[in-house]
Amino acid sequence: MHDRAVAHVKSPPAGTLAGVSLDIWRRLAIAGALAVALAVPFAAKNFFIFQMTLAIIYAIAILGLNLLTGFNGQFSLGHSAFYALGAYTAAIMMEHGGLGYYWTLPAAGMVCFVAGFLFGLPALRLEGIYLALATFALAVAMPQILKSTPLEPWTGGVQGIVIIKPDAPFGLPLNSDQWLYFLSLAVALVLYACAVNLVGSRTGRAMIAIRDHPIAASAMGINVSLYKSLTFGVSALYTGVAGALGAVAISFVAPDSFTFVLAIGLFVGLVVGGVGSIPGTLFGGLFVLFVPNIAEHISKGLAGAAYGVILMLIIYAMPSGAAGLCRLIIGKFVRHGR
Amino acid sequence: MELLLHQVLAGLATGGIYACMALAVVMIYQAIDHLNFAQGEMAMFSTFIAWQLLQWGVPYWAAFVLTIAISFLAGVVIERTVFKPIHKAPVLTHVVMFIALFAIINSAAGFIWDFTIKSVPSPFGTQPLFGQRLISAHDAGMIAVTLVLLVLLYLFFRHTRVGLAMRAAAANPDSARLAGIRVGWMVALGWGMAAAVGSVAGMLIAPVVFLEPNMMLSILLYGFAAAVVGGLTSPGGAVFGGFAVGVVENLAGTFIPYVGRELKLSIALFIIVAVLIVKPSGLFGRRVVTRV
Amino acid sequence: MSACLLEATGICAYYGPTQVLFGLDLRLAEGGITTMLGANGAGKTTMLRALSGMVRATGEIRFRGEPVLGQATEDIVRRGVAHVPEGRGTFTRQTVEENLQIGAMSRRDRKAIPGDIERVYGYFPRLKERRGQQAGTLSGGEQQMLAIGRALMLRPRLMLLDEPSFGLAPMIVAEMFEILRTLNRSEKVSMLLVEQNAALALDLADHAYLIETGRLVMSGPSAEIRGDESIRRSYLGY
Repeated sequence: MHDRAVAHVKSPPAGTLAGVSLDIWRRLAIAGALAVALAVPFAAKNFFIFQMTLAIIYAIAILGLNLLTGFNGQFSLGHSAFYALGAYTAAIMMEHGGLGYYWTLPAAGMVCFVAGFLFGLPALRLEGIYLALATFALAVAMPQILKSTPLEPWTGGVQGIVIIKPDAPFGLPLNSDQWLYFLSLAVALVLYACAVNLVGSRTGRAMIAIRDHPIAASAMGINVSLYKSLTFGVSALYTGVAGALGAVAISFVAPDSFTFVLAIGLFVGLVVGGVGSIPGTLFGGLFVLFVPNIAEHISKGLAGAAYGVILMLIIYAMPSGAAGLCRLIIGKFVRHGR
Repeated sequence: MELLLHQVLAGLATGGIYACMALAVVMIYQAIDHLNFAQGEMAMFSTFIAWQLLQWGVPYWAAFVLTIAISFLAGVVIERTVFKPIHKAPVLTHVVMFIALFAIINSAAGFIWDFTIKSVPSPFGTQPLFGQRLISAHDAGMIAVTLVLLVLLYLFFRHTRVGLAMRAAAANPDSARLAGIRVGWMVALGWGMAAAVGSVAGMLIAPVVFLEPNMMLSILLYGFAAAVVGGLTSPGGAVFGGFAVGVVENLAGTFIPYVGRELKLSIALFIIVAVLIVKPSGLFGRRVVTRV
Repeated sequence: MSACLLEATGICAYYGPTQVLFGLDLRLAEGGITTMLGANGAGKTTMLRALSGMVRATGEIRFRGEPVLGQATEDIVRRGVAHVPEGRGTFTRQTVEENLQIGAMSRRDRKAIPGDIERVYGYFPRLKERRGQQAGTLSGGEQQMLAIGRALMLRPRLMLLDEPSFGLAPMIVAEMFEILRTLNRSEKVSMLLVEQNAALALDLADHAYLIETGRLVMSGPSAEIRGDESIRRSYLGY
């Protein structure tokens, strides 16, 4: 496998668009998106708010996957396992520990960080398609492990665990769907900010160097093994927090919600959003949530085929994901300042 | 002791299925340098074609050959129409395209033939082999066909010009072009052959597991596992890996108390990952030596 | 001057939006060795790639009188243009002998192939010693020889050589250039040689082109260019 598997991260292009610097456009875009995001819960029906909550949660999970694949060059077709681990950590803490849901998020993150780091150690020996297969095995095994008899007292076996949906705290005038939406949005903002900083930091440069040329990176004194395992841990952390949020939002966990289908969904979200693009993961989250529904709308009997065709068309239209397409469009209109 | 023997033989029988699939997997990997996640679905669809031909009254072996031919053509057509436009795209894009293909074929098969299970006759009969209970005539036939296929493929890749051209095109497309090899057609040929081998696997597997659109899901996974254990570059290794996975899975289910049966698949996969960690390119895979 | 084997006029080439070649002209004589010199980034490799159809280019290219621009690489190669690429293009997982067989893949006269393999081994005895070895394990010099050997297996009329001396020890380079000279004479292969090592290239070639940022600076017989002090100083740096 010698292909350069992942798109290079473009540093934000400098230049101007309609006389205004791109940096300002970027800030405007972020502010606009945030304004829309804040307005959604007051303008939409509860079910749509709930869907958007899930889209944000998926986006967080995809962001975790992107840190691993897009910025460190390690494949995973098994992130549903970390998502499940996060979700079950949250559910078990609430069900058996009687703890509040807000405690579960950092705990799920920590548990998944450790699990990811530990999984990352043996995974160091595997590359490309072999790593994809090993992680895929993890995704397949996870629901079976969750169902298994020894763990049943904790996990509730096939039945899963029902959690109580939390209400808004401090007497805020929000219903629980609205509250969970804002909670997810807030968590997402924090995690996105962390990711942007991480990628731009010294650590992030080391991660990217390992992706682009592991041998050169280690020759420059980067501890490749450590960084790769750590990245695995951080990636699992993000996905685990998303899993915990997902458990709270859906207020139910069961093994069959976390099959390899979810892992593949996250992976597809990563690619259509744009490998190595942080904002692209938002598109990925929306895709994962809405496209299967759209496909079902097109044809009930051939929903799978409709999904597949949509996916193919998207790949033809934007071979490097939504982020790549945006870059292309912006590139057409931007004047490069010299 | 008899239990052990029985379980090993039963493992070999199921292992034959995995070996068949693994062979198809390695086949396409050699030709296009990608693991085709839709391979199982392609095999499933081919098997439905065979079933349909049988329903229409075509004699078994005629249907068998016809299905192989149709599958070969379909493989070539899929490559030319769906994958040729993206042949320069990175691996991840390919994987997503495979997933899309998977969804389309699975859903189309369900739409055309619905999701009820159908039985496919065995060309070898299902009576026990030599009057014992351990292994059936079909199992033995399936294993034999797999081994014959293996030998044929080996001869093709090692000792024919087209086989070498296909390997060259997969290993280094740019350089292959500079040697005058028509790389695009080599890839299409690889798809065709993989689809044909897959169709054989499907037709042999169907009498054991019954035919329905989701029949290949776990089989493909075991097939991948077998291919990886044996080494993706080695068709012989893949077949060995298939049998090994079958036996290990059966033994784990029988002899590891309590968790064995429930976590059969997980244990098998765990062992595979363990093998990979010890030997990252599989048991028989050629290590790719690169000079820096 | 002898008959013209390849004639390129007004070649322009682009990588994305960046133009790399600006209307280059090139004439290669039948049976000759021509060298193309220039600094890094002058567009030498791109010109070779344009000639063998590996990059999209505009202009006109006639090989033995027939237009080839816009044809697929495979088809240009099959007309007898062997391109020994930058980085050597070794099939690392295949054996040395398989590499040579791959080189002969487009030939129809299969019976002659084993004899040609022996001929290549005659020029490069080291390859014969390693015939069963995985080609990725060869040293840089051996891989370069293998690349030339693979190109020979095509029985080419024209060989495009992209920095064959790159990364090799001076002694090996000298040996290889000697072999190239022999090949030119005994196999009647015309050559277009791209080199950083201007002195060596001018020694081997009978005609030279000097290019700078995708444009032709001058061309002429090697001896003339070698003799021109000012050109040597300002463009060739020796």
